[in-house]
Amino acid sequence: MSSFTPVSALIGGLLIGAGASWMLLSLGRIAGISGIVGRLPFSRRAEFAWRAFFLLGLVTGAGLLYHFGGKFGVRAPISRISFPAWELIASGLLVGFGTALGSGCTSGHGVCGMARRSPRSLVATVIFLLAGIVTASALRHWLENWP
Amino acid sequence: MNPDEASLLERVLLAAFGAGLVFGAGLALSAMTHPEKVLGFLDLSGHWDPSLLLVLGGATGIASVAFAFILRRRSPLLMPSFDLPIATRIDRRLVLGAVLFGLGWGLSGYCPGPAMALLAALPGSGREALLFLPPLLIGLWLGRLITRAPKDP
Repeated sequence: MSSFTPVSALIGGLLIGAGASWMLLSLGRIAGISGIVGRLPFSRRAEFAWRAFFLLGLVTGAGLLYHFGGKFGVRAPISRISFPAWELIASGLLVGFGTALGSGCTSGHGVCGMARRSPRSLVATVIFLLAGIVTASALRHWLENWP
Repeated sequence: MNPDEASLLERVLLAAFGAGLVFGAGLALSAMTHPEKVLGFLDLSGHWDPSLLLVLGGATGIASVAFAFILRRRSPLLMPSFDLPIATRIDRRLVLGAVLFGLGWGLSGYCPGPAMALLAALPGSGREALLFLPPLLIGLWLGRLITRAPKDP
């Protein structure tokens, strides 16, 4: 169980939005992670390079916080040893295939698309939030408590 | 490649790195890179943690304001033109994709951004990175091959 952390959530959210805004201002591109990772092996030269550098920046930014963010309550995530392997594998396939099919994930549809007032992104965001809530609530509660 | 092109490419890559840096720092600070934090929001049955709503609200809020100003420009700073999604149809592909993504998201607590940030927490995050990232990439690239848009920059 996690506890409500409103300050770091809001500031972190503002940073995510600022990163996405800087992307649009400087390169004119949408900071959608599934699109950037998904297109990476199919893109060439400069298009490949900016995508790779954005991902490198993302990993570096998270890594800096993991190392120096202790006083803000940040800690590096540690693997959940007891978490079923099949759930991680199935989840990876579903997240990857679903975001490729639906042309976006939490960043592309949820943040950038909503900010652009795209009706497609609004529909996608509502649907994946609902599907996520139903899945997590069912798995973590109903199924576990069943005999 | 002439010197001007080379220096423009350097600035493009620096800008992309900077955008990723701020984005990744935001993900880590808001703890969205912790799947238990995400599941604490998606799971309504236990002690519900509304943090994700503030993350999404903060990110979308500031981006809404910034995007409105940015999109008044004729072009971005370092590229000749904006490259924005052109699809407008709400079709079965969009809906099915969002449903499958939501299923997977609720199963593990990972979406693509936080999953990439697993690489910053190695070796402690090794088990999850090893079990989640390869299927994520296979799913993404398989989906991409099947549904490849006509215009793919």
